[in-house]
Amino acid sequence: MIWTELDTWITLTGALTAMACAVPGVFLLLNKQSMLGDAISHAVLPGLAAGFLVSGTRDTAPMLFGAVLAGLFTGVASGMISRRGRVESGASLGVVFCSLFALGLVLIRLAADHVDLDPSCVLYGSLELAVIDSAPVPRIVWQSGAVLILNVILAVLFFKELEISAFDCRFAQANGIPSEILQHGLTVATALTTVVAFESVGSILVIAMLIVPGASAMLLSRSVAGVLLWSLVVALVSAVAGHLLAISAGPSLLGLLSGQDKLGSLSSAGMMAASAGMIFFTLLGVVRFVQRLTPADRPTAH
Amino acid sequence: MMESLWRVIFLQDYNTRVVLAGACVFGAAAGLAGTFLLLRKRSLLGDTLGHATLPGITLAFLMAGPLGFSPRSFLWLAVGATISGVAGMASVLLIRKMSHLKDDAALAIVLSVFFGAGIAMLSAIQQLPGGQAAGLERLIYGNPASMSAGDAWFVLLASTLVAGVCGCLFKEFTLLCFDESYALTAGWAVKSLDALLMGLVVLVTIVGLQTVGILLVVALLVIPPAAARFWSDDLRVLAMVAAGGGALSSVAGVVASAILPGLPTGALIVLSAFLFFAASLLAGTKRGLMVRYLIERRAARQLRREHVLRAIFECAEDGRSAVTLEELVAKRPWTEGDLRAEITSLANAGLLTMSPSGSSFQLNGRGDSEARRLVRNHRLWEIYLLNHADVAPGRVDRDADLIEHVLDRRLVDELEDILDARARERLVPGNPEKNLP
Repeated sequence: MIWTELDTWITLTGALTAMACAVPGVFLLLNKQSMLGDAISHAVLPGLAAGFLVSGTRDTAPMLFGAVLAGLFTGVASGMISRRGRVESGASLGVVFCSLFALGLVLIRLAADHVDLDPSCVLYGSLELAVIDSAPVPRIVWQSGAVLILNVILAVLFFKELEISAFDCRFAQANGIPSEILQHGLTVATALTTVVAFESVGSILVIAMLIVPGASAMLLSRSVAGVLLWSLVVALVSAVAGHLLAISAGPSLLGLLSGQDKLGSLSSAGMMAASAGMIFFTLLGVVRFVQRLTPADRPTAH
Repeated sequence: MMESLWRVIFLQDYNTRVVLAGACVFGAAAGLAGTFLLLRKRSLLGDTLGHATLPGITLAFLMAGPLGFSPRSFLWLAVGATISGVAGMASVLLIRKMSHLKDDAALAIVLSVFFGAGIAMLSAIQQLPGGQAAGLERLIYGNPASMSAGDAWFVLLASTLVAGVCGCLFKEFTLLCFDESYALTAGWAVKSLDALLMGLVVLVTIVGLQTVGILLVVALLVIPPAAARFWSDDLRVLAMVAAGGGALSSVAGVVASAILPGLPTGALIVLSAFLFFAASLLAGTKRGLMVRYLIERRAARQLRREHVLRAIFECAEDGRSAVTLEELVAKRPWTEGDLRAEITSLANAGLLTMSPSGSSFQLNGRGDSEARRLVRNHRLWEIYLLNHADVAPGRVDRDADLIEHVLDRRLVDELEDILDARARERLVPGNPEKNLP
């Protein structure tokens, strides 16, 4: 295994993006909206394609705008279908994001003559290529760092409001906290994070990092602040571990299984998601085991 | 273009026939299995299962060489997909059992982790010489045109199996969906039934890989049943509409992609399904927006009419035989315009007599008996609430207001029986609020 400067940047970008996702993810998890990340990352595709078609360039601004709009639309439209049409919320989310994703695939195909955009690129990203940059610090490192800082600032500013409306929406509303606006704000933050991350790390890492660090942290802490801090730690560790596995252990193991010795390094984004999963399942087992070992506190009978 | 449409419609190509038949039965099977998923509120499980098949597929592809299988054989890849799909489902159940995390979190975790692992392995395959990854990518986005006759037979058999099991165990699955705890206490093997249903969903997912692909297979599990929900409350009808809608969307998508070459078939199938959903949302005969709007408007009109009749009756009861508009406006928070419209419609229906000048009006014989019935219901209910339900006197009018419109004849008789004789003697009991301190 050879560690170069590029590996440092890849790990750094992955870690920054992972941590940026973990912050809104904790609140999605508390709001029982875990699948929203998955839904948004599918649904932004037509927004991206429309941004391309309208502007005709690969500039970030129109693309970002279209995608955030599409993400927000997913949240609002599925909420409306679920309320007005009395469709179960999961199902209405499914209807909206599947249809939008299909629309996106068609739009991209239509736009293929004009712009170079590949749906696979949205899904897997190309972390390995994106860090190759002439600047001393690659652009995507700045970008993901900025999103992380923005998300942290928003979370700190609205911590109390987000916490209250996650646990008791009606109580929050009765106390003058506009939970509906907060909800849309969370959706926009998620969409923004997804879109900024898509070209560097791909949406799969985003979907994983929105939920898995938060879920792992919930096994470790019972307070929202604690969960937030632990989720940042888990995100960081899984990014580092993921890249290490992608360039060292992963290829050799797969090579052994497939009998091919020409396997190159694996997709870092994919391995980061997978190692987050390994951390989660390990914690699940360990926490459960520890619970078994420590006898439950029983009230002593006197 | 006309010629290609012609060829598709009359099934002139063997390939078209194979693809259409495969897509059609797959759509029907997905609609059927999806109906039960929808009722169990687990629609997005299909999404997780779809994504969870990727690591199995890529691993099967990589290990095909050493184990002596062809990496291009769909059946061999389907074996891998099934194993990892089942593993994904087991992980969802494990998370649900071992932690306090909610279902949606479990689904999202398994989806992203499994898909991430799959992507990692896929990236290794993409670097292999010879562009072997193309065969796998068609499973991600779906491409029914690449179906061979053998694959189509597999799709046909598997879909028939799914439909057959759903048909044979219709009663059991219904029970599972609507009252799981009853099914458990009645001695049904609830866990096995649940596992069987999930197994059917895995099978549908595998079958759908070629038609719509990993990413969109959930669409056919979710959209047609959700659309069917607008047409009926009867589960048998629901299942049939969902299966029919699924089959129809698949066929429409395949036909559309034959006419518009170059556009992805899977996406066109999903878009057709969405059109079916949108049409159902608007025009569905049971829960569609249009039907519900009409019902709600009719109910609102009925409500307003009953309120006006009661208000006129109560004014007349206070000693005025003819009532003016101003007196009525003061009785309730309604606008003069609404009131005037309702008065006109009551007069047209022959329940009111307007004074020659049009400034005041009074109930005539028919209107009076209708108003008496309404007021009677309202007062009976008020007395009941005051005497038997311990409702605070200040709230009794409002509470009675909400319920009086839905009291039916039988309930009114029952109320009369349990209320004191005072209420029975007079056709319309006095206003109980008047006697309050």
